[in-house]
Parts: sequence; C-alpha cells; structure tokens
Amino acid sequence: MPEDINAELESEELVPPAEPKAAHLPLDRAIETQADLSAEINAIGDAYVRALKDGAPAETQPRLDYPPYRSSILRHPTKSLHHTDPETIELYSPAFGHQDVHALESDLTIQHNGEPQGERIIVAGKVLDGNGRPVAGQLVEIWQANASGRYIHKRDQHPAPIDPNFTGIGRCITGPDGSYRFTTIKPGAYPWKNHLNAWRPAHIHFSLFGTEFTQRIITQMYFPGDQLFPLDPIYQTIVDQDARDRLVANYDHSLTEPEWALGYNWDIVLTGPKRTWTENEALGADSDEE
Amino acid sequence: MSTKLVPTPAQTVGPFYGYALPYEKDNELLAPGSPGSIRLQGTVYDGSGQAVVDAILEIWQPDAEGRIVQKTGSLVRDGYTFTGWGRGAVGNSGVYTFTTVNPGPTTPGAAAFISVAIFARGLTNRLFTRIYLPEDTEALANDPLLTSLEPERRKTLIARRDSDGGLTFDIRLQGEGETVFLDFQ
Repeated sequence: MPEDINAELESEELVPPAEPKAAHLPLDRAIETQADLSAEINAIGDAYVRALKDGAPAETQPRLDYPPYRSSILRHPTKSLHHTDPETIELYSPAFGHQDVHALESDLTIQHNGEPQGERIIVAGKVLDGNGRPVAGQLVEIWQANASGRYIHKRDQHPAPIDPNFTGIGRCITGPDGSYRFTTIKPGAYPWKNHLNAWRPAHIHFSLFGTEFTQRIITQMYFPGDQLFPLDPIYQTIVDQDARDRLVANYDHSLTEPEWALGYNWDIVLTGPKRTWTENEALGADSDEE
Repeated sequence: MSTKLVPTPAQTVGPFYGYALPYEKDNELLAPGSPGSIRLQGTVYDGSGQAVVDAILEIWQPDAEGRIVQKTGSLVRDGYTFTGWGRGAVGNSGVYTFTTVNPGPTTPGAAAFISVAIFARGLTNRLFTRIYLPEDTEALANDPLLTSLEPERRKTLIARRDSDGGLTFDIRLQGEGETVFLDFQ
C-alpha cells in the first residue's frame, strides 16, 4: 500500500554504500536512528563552517550530493554542471495567463463543500528576480499536506486523517508587482522513511517560473521556529544558515485577518535574467493576450 | 531597481507532487495524431541503472518553424494552440512521453533543441539539459554548447530518431553515460 514510502525504501535498500564512510550502514537504512543521521548532518555542517572561515564561498543552493538525504545518493550528477550561456528558447519563459488559472484556485479552503480542519493561514509575498525586479504575470503553484500531515496522495499512507475538505493544491498568477497570495491551512509535520523516526518540518511546496526558463525553480516554504529544522536531511541539504533562513516565512501580523486567519510573508528571489528586460514584462502586459 | 539579491534556495519536488503538478493533457503540446506531431519519450535512470519512477520533466521549445511562441493556454489546453511548453511525469515503468513537434532552428543554420528541466525525489534542485535533433549534423558540429563538450559527453544530448518518426532521449542522472546537465549562472 504505501508505495511511495516503499519507493524510498526500495531504492535505498539495495544501494551499495556511496562512500567509504557509509560502509558500516545496515542494509535496512530505516533502522538508522536520528542520532546517526544528526551526527552526519552535523559533521557536514561543521566542515562547511570551517571552510567558510578559511575563505570558501558561501553556498546559496542545496547540495546535489548530500548523503544524509538517502534518496540523493544515486540521483546526484557526479560531474559538475556544465556552464553554458542560455540561448534562444532558454531566454524566454512559457506564458501563463488567467485563462490557465481560475481566481478561486488561490484559496485552498474553498475547494470542497465544507471547511477544512486546522489553522487557517494566509501566505503572501512577492516573486522577484535577482536584480530585484518583480516577476509579473507568472505562474505560482503550491501543494502541501493537510493539518495532520497527510497528503491526498495514494502513496501517502501515514496513519493521520485525510481531510475530505482539503486537497492541498493552489495556483495563482503573480500581479504586476510580483505579488502572490494564498489562503490555506497550516500543514502538519509528517513522518518519512529516510531513517527511523524521521519527520519533515511543516512545509508548503512552491513551484515558480521567471521571465526565462533558466529561472525555473521548485522549493519549499517552512514556518518559523520549527524544532525539526536541525533534524531534517532535506532542509539541511542547504548547508549555509543564511541560505536556509531564506526558506522560512515570517509571521506577519499585518497579513493576519481578524477572527479569520494568521498571516505569513515569504518573498522568493529567482536568479537574474540574462535577456534584456522590457517594460511589457514588468507589467505582465503580454500574459493574457492570446 | 538594480539591487542584486541572492536567489532563494531550491528544494526537492519530493515524492508527493503527483496530485498537484500533473494535469490533463500536460504532456500533449498538441493532440496525438495531429499533422506533424511526434512522440518524444525516454527513461530517467539513477546511478544503479534503475529507472526513476518518480521523476517529472518539463519541456520548452520553439515550434516547427523555429518560432518561440509566447501563448498562454498550457494548463488549459484548447487543442489548437501550440504553447511550446509541456509537463510529463514518468509512469510506473519510468518512461516519460510527450506529444510535440520537431523544434525548428530559431535562427537559420542553428542546431534545433528542446530545453528540459528535470525534477525528482532525491534531486535537491532541478537539472537543466537540452535535447538536440540527430539529423542536422552540420548544425550540431557548429553548436556552441556541443562543441564545448568531449565527444563522449556530447552524445548524451542528442536524441535518437525512432522508426515511427519520434524521438527517444534517455536521461542518466549519474554514472556511466551521465547526461550533461547545464548551469546558466
């Protein structure tokens, strides 16, 4: 039944250890404890901090090769990414418009016949490019677990209740100032099978497009003050604390609506565009023409 | 306006995107069987040679005449508009499939290619690559990216032409024959 959880196991169980360091690992990695994993996470973190002190550059993106996240072992490219200048199609982004996305899709609490369980929240912010300019008229997609940490996904068999009034999918198109806004439910933490007693911090998945295809990114927004941050191998794939902090939303009382929903603000920065930017794109003027 | 900001870090798409990112006709840039349509397919492999069954790919390409179209309607396909963009999750066998057209060269003499983004559980950031058509060997020989690669690695970016006119392009995340993945920064 829990196919996906099994998928985690299946793909890991037969994995030959990728590094000598891992040679002592038992075949069933799910019996590794959090203490084992935390020791690995902390060793990598400490080495990074030492390297920084020795003048190494800050790492602002996750490591593709991060052994404590077991699923990355056989899936990270071993050759460095090949630097190239973007050409032709890569300098443009697919176009999305309001015909693609209904205005109601940004409210995840009204997709069914009743009120979802849990703490209603508003998540809002801006999508900017690396030059600080708004990314207007582009698609933002989110998905998440429900308040009890359960996904509406056949493969998620975590024994937490499914909420018949919450699917956990939202979409919107950014406004002229790059703004997005969702009404949803605060997701719960949930267990996974990376190791024994592994739990993911509560998070919302975000999928974003820029004005060029090279700016395409999928990431996760986390909530402030989560005790699971230091224990989570996925969050820790980002070894730099400042970079990790960029994934954590801020509680924002100005977004909070009286007697209705708590507000969180989270701005997202894509890479800088390589193509000459035009005023039309800033205004999102082309997004709905066809 | 010219402030340099540090980009937000990426995170894995995870295993549970399956009810969120895929949508009806997401992998049909045009309807199967339409004039000029081809099947683009392939398998994503991990470092042990196993098919990755929870990968999702996006393609973005010019039309058959090499025009970069910028039309909306990729999420709600009307059956007529070619938007150039598609999304395809691999099935249980690890094979992804798109219905599309052969991309045309965006400038005369240039090598035509399809731009690809790859997401999967275990992949902490999306990977970019390109799918080149195999036929125009002169254009391939002059392509700036291909000429910057060793011949063995260059091959990983060129699709095979199938007997039905379609294209097959396998992706190897790791190990022997590892696909060339691109960094644009």
